Amino acid sequence: MSTQASRAAARLMISPSVILLFLWMAVPLGMTLWFSFQRYNLLMPGQTGFVGFQNYEYFLTDPAFFTALWNTLFLVGGVLLITIIGGMLLALLLDQAIFGQGIVRVLVIAPFFVMPTVSALVWKNFFFNPVNGIFAYIAHFFGFPAYDFLAQAPLLSITLIVAWQWLPFATLILLTALQSLDSEQLEAAEMDGASIWSRFIYIMVPHLSRAATVVILIQTIFLLSTFAEILVTTNGGPGIASTTLTYLVYVQSLLQFDVGGGAAGGIVAVILANIVAIFLMRMIGKNLET
Amino acid sequence: MGQIELKGVTKRFGDVEVIPPLDLHIGEGEFVVFVGPSGCGKSTLLRLIAGLEDVSGGHIEIDGQDATDLPPAKRSLAMVFQSYALYPHMSVRKNIAFPLKMAKADQATIDAKIENAARILNLTDYLHRRPGQLSGGQRQRVAIGRAIVREPAAFLFDEPLSNLDAALRVNMRLEISELHQKLKTTMVYVTHDQVEAMTMADKIVVLHAGVIEQVGSPLELYRSPRNKFVAGFIGSPKMNFVEGPEAAKHNAHTIGIRPEHINVSATEGAWKGTVGVSEHLGSDTFLHVDTEFGLINVRGDGEIDLHSGDSVWLSPDLSQLHKFDAAGLAI
Repeated sequence: MSTQASRAAARLMISPSVILLFLWMAVPLGMTLWFSFQRYNLLMPGQTGFVGFQNYEYFLTDPAFFTALWNTLFLVGGVLLITIIGGMLLALLLDQAIFGQGIVRVLVIAPFFVMPTVSALVWKNFFFNPVNGIFAYIAHFFGFPAYDFLAQAPLLSITLIVAWQWLPFATLILLTALQSLDSEQLEAAEMDGASIWSRFIYIMVPHLSRAATVVILIQTIFLLSTFAEILVTTNGGPGIASTTLTYLVYVQSLLQFDVGGGAAGGIVAVILANIVAIFLMRMIGKNLET
Repeated sequence: MGQIELKGVTKRFGDVEVIPPLDLHIGEGEFVVFVGPSGCGKSTLLRLIAGLEDVSGGHIEIDGQDATDLPPAKRSLAMVFQSYALYPHMSVRKNIAFPLKMAKADQATIDAKIENAARILNLTDYLHRRPGQLSGGQRQRVAIGRAIVREPAAFLFDEPLSNLDAALRVNMRLEISELHQKLKTTMVYVTHDQVEAMTMADKIVVLHAGVIEQVGSPLELYRSPRNKFVAGFIGSPKMNFVEGPEAAKHNAHTIGIRPEHINVSATEGAWKGTVGVSEHLGSDTFLHVDTEFGLINVRGDGEIDLHSGDSVWLSPDLSQLHKFDAAGLAI
């Protein structure tokens, strides 16, 4: 890449994919922005037109908005907490030499390959179901009444389902990080008199923190848009108990046929996601520096 | 403080016996070097002493007390690893403080010991840095500092200089020797480099396939190697071995002569040969001479004016001749 001609050629060569990617991002974003300033309700055809920030006003003053915001944060935070801590423990376990290691690792990764709708349905019908579910069966076995997870604790149940799906991802990343830890460091710490617990806290956790930041960033991006699990289990209910921002946008635009309001909600979600992203990038930048 | 006694120490990995029963005494304040080719079990032996590997048989005594089943931290030994094994997320100060913190020493003691170690090792200006911001030699010194603050009965070094470049290696070699003279603590040092062994050791332990070939001071090993292996391993360039009729003349199966004990002459001598390669180092000249006995290495003075293709006569200094029997043992 030294001559001017080769640099120009390189730019020319990559331009199709860059342009395609740019359009891929810019067109939907532009259209969403455009719709968010329009009165565009499918139930009221013909009454279209520019309405300024009215859609935003309706969306932000919707009583469901703050509940949805809180639910979103709860879902993302809960899943992150479970997957990071659980993933670390699982990675420690899987790092041990055991019989059938390869098979065990494949089994651990398996949930990641199940599509969200299917895993949510499996959880809903096989595990959480108050009549036929395995948890109900266990409760009955010990003489307790069955607990209706999706009715009594809908948000927590969805958090569990999503955490189950993402646990393998966190485990995998943290496991590879753990395997890259220089064994001489652990031995040095052992010589220095560090107990197993101290070695975990002072040597392993700092070593894993970088991988954990990557896990947090990637998961947050995907978790903010969690949708399928909510749709097939609770439909955002009971009431709005498990409605997240993403789901609220769906309700707005596809159940209430208010395309303009939905678009405004989408833009609000994008802005909030960016705020989260700024915080994350700062955190990561700090963690990846050393 | 600092005597280590190995009694019948054995190590097996599965069915493979890496170290057959082995006895060794390491005296107080000694600088002992384990040297041998790679895979000879010298690092394993060090790890057995450190407690990072369990012995398969035998006993390890440290200062008269049975330490065979003690965990590494309880043996009052400190180890410097080949990769330095510094904790990358901690500053130099925290690295050095780590063993003290684990021992729950109070802050005043920790500070005092760090200051002292930093002064000895010239690290005072670097205490706030992370290991990643240090050069190889400085990292090495931090690793040593982390060992010093524990005031161990003995230091264990596992090939500590092998990751450094040649010039720095010579410097650090000196620094470690000086450190030993300053602290007078027992040191056990593992290396595959016989030059390090010769220059630093009070006592060299030559290992080969897990067996101790010979124990002795550097000059003892140089002057009277017990067998062909030690003779070939100690000294650089390597000793020349000649078998057959020429050896029989001296009533031996094999005779060995060091390159520095051969006289070179252009006109007369015992063995005739042709110079293959001559390496002029300035202070010395290394000649690789093709003779009827095979390739003979000769070390001559720097002024020798011989080049590839020249005919030379070699005369071994008969008083420096080493004789070996068919089993390779010195006669």
